[in-house]
Amino acid sequence: MRDVAIIGIGETEFGELWNKSFREIGIEAGFKAIEDAGITSQQIDALYIGNMSAGKFIEQEHVAPLVADYSGLADMHLPAVRVEAAGASGGVALATGYMAVASGMYNIVIVGGAEKMTDVGDKQALQILSATADQEWESVFGATFPSLYAMMARRHMHVYGTTRENLAAVAVKNHRNGSLNPHAQYRREISMEMVLNAPPVATPLGMFDCAPLSDGGAAVVLCPMDRAKKFTDTPIQILGSGIATDTLALHNRRDICTMDATVIAGKRALHQAKRTPKDVKVAEVHDNFTIAEIMAVEDLRFFEKGKGGAATEEGLTALNGEVSVNTSGGLKARGQPVGATGVAQAIEIVRQLRGEADKRQVDDATTGLIHNVGGTGATAVVHILERGD
Amino acid sequence: MAIPRFWRETPSRYNLFASKCGNCGEVHFPPRSVCPSCHRKSIGRMKSIKLCGSGNILSYSVVHDAPEDFEMQKPYIIAIIEMKDGVRLTAPIIDCDECDIDIGLEVEASFRKLGQEGKAGVIHYGYKFRPLNTTPPEK
Repeated sequence: MRDVAIIGIGETEFGELWNKSFREIGIEAGFKAIEDAGITSQQIDALYIGNMSAGKFIEQEHVAPLVADYSGLADMHLPAVRVEAAGASGGVALATGYMAVASGMYNIVIVGGAEKMTDVGDKQALQILSATADQEWESVFGATFPSLYAMMARRHMHVYGTTRENLAAVAVKNHRNGSLNPHAQYRREISMEMVLNAPPVATPLGMFDCAPLSDGGAAVVLCPMDRAKKFTDTPIQILGSGIATDTLALHNRRDICTMDATVIAGKRALHQAKRTPKDVKVAEVHDNFTIAEIMAVEDLRFFEKGKGGAATEEGLTALNGEVSVNTSGGLKARGQPVGATGVAQAIEIVRQLRGEADKRQVDDATTGLIHNVGGTGATAVVHILERGD
Repeated sequence: MAIPRFWRETPSRYNLFASKCGNCGEVHFPPRSVCPSCHRKSIGRMKSIKLCGSGNILSYSVVHDAPEDFEMQKPYIIAIIEMKDGVRLTAPIIDCDECDIDIGLEVEASFRKLGQEGKAGVIHYGYKFRPLNTTPPEK
């Protein structure tokens, strides 16, 4: 297997992009990444696109050839493949692109992610997101996507004594980080009181415990490590890549306070990278809800099970804390265009490792981790990144 | 949702039919055709059994932001229930005030309307759960 590097990154703004269509979003991210890598379109061997539900959000399936087509690449007849794994679509697309280059099958691969969520109303968007849970045995009974995470939160509070303030601390921290990120959807700090007093969505979670609905696209360019230096002085190497799955329905999990898929995917990626959780200085984890980040920092073994909430409130995951978590603002503040998220996470870690994160730069950003989750934890994907120069 | 899609699940949604592995005795709900513990050894040996119908609340949430079909019911309680038979399921909790619900609360299944297909369409039924013995009869 060959070593693989990320040599280019690019993304659109994240938010309610009413003036941009899905295809424009996909193209913009791709072109920025190509430009950043300094490659030409003719050098591209394959395209992988993470997308959760274009079929439901914009009634358009078959989006991989669409993006290739409108990028002006139709006459190259590129292999272009859509990857779907709910919220982990972008991360699994990255893992797929990584395998394609590592295997020797392709040399230059574009991994993109895109979602156009605001062409439907909020109610419809909620219903579409709920389809990533078990439609027949959860959603049909009225379990919404936020309510499933709310049940993890309630149980976590019951078993480990996690507090409402612990949960709120995640949103406060991520908005603070987002305020330092020019690419974030929300660049405004929020207070603990604002989170605690927000209208309830599904108790104990309120509005500020939930990531927003966003439009946006993100893309990275991959190539074999031994050729990366031709394109960039700061190639970022993918040292480890791990995917894991679990039961689709939350109620069938071994423990609803632990995402076993995250535990396993994290171990697989770290094992391949020959690194330990202690080596990780900067991490982008899947905070679609505040409780999800608390469980993630436990399941990725940054903190002991049950201590993630307290660690967050103590500031151990803040910028330049023990491990800097979600320096981009996370899904909460950077935005959550579902299929693009996993790729956007990779972009933030690349910026941190290159030393291009400006006001939110982590001092000793040597090893970075990306953690992307699908559904309520039926899929998790983890990547370990380091500078390759 | 198309009618057959709902209709074919009625045994489990109406009467809590589960499967029991003929090899190891493990119970699964909804029914499975392959036992996750015995794999191929269980194929063709899965038996249909009926759950006892009661259990305890493992966790719950009060839903305020509801999908369109549940708009009229909000706020409503949704819970994961640990059944006496050892399986877990997700269901709404009814006949219960928000202040009375708690983790561990004992609940029993009740046959209720789950929803309907528009104003004139088919009505879907299935299980919801209610607190067990909350108001013991006075002697």
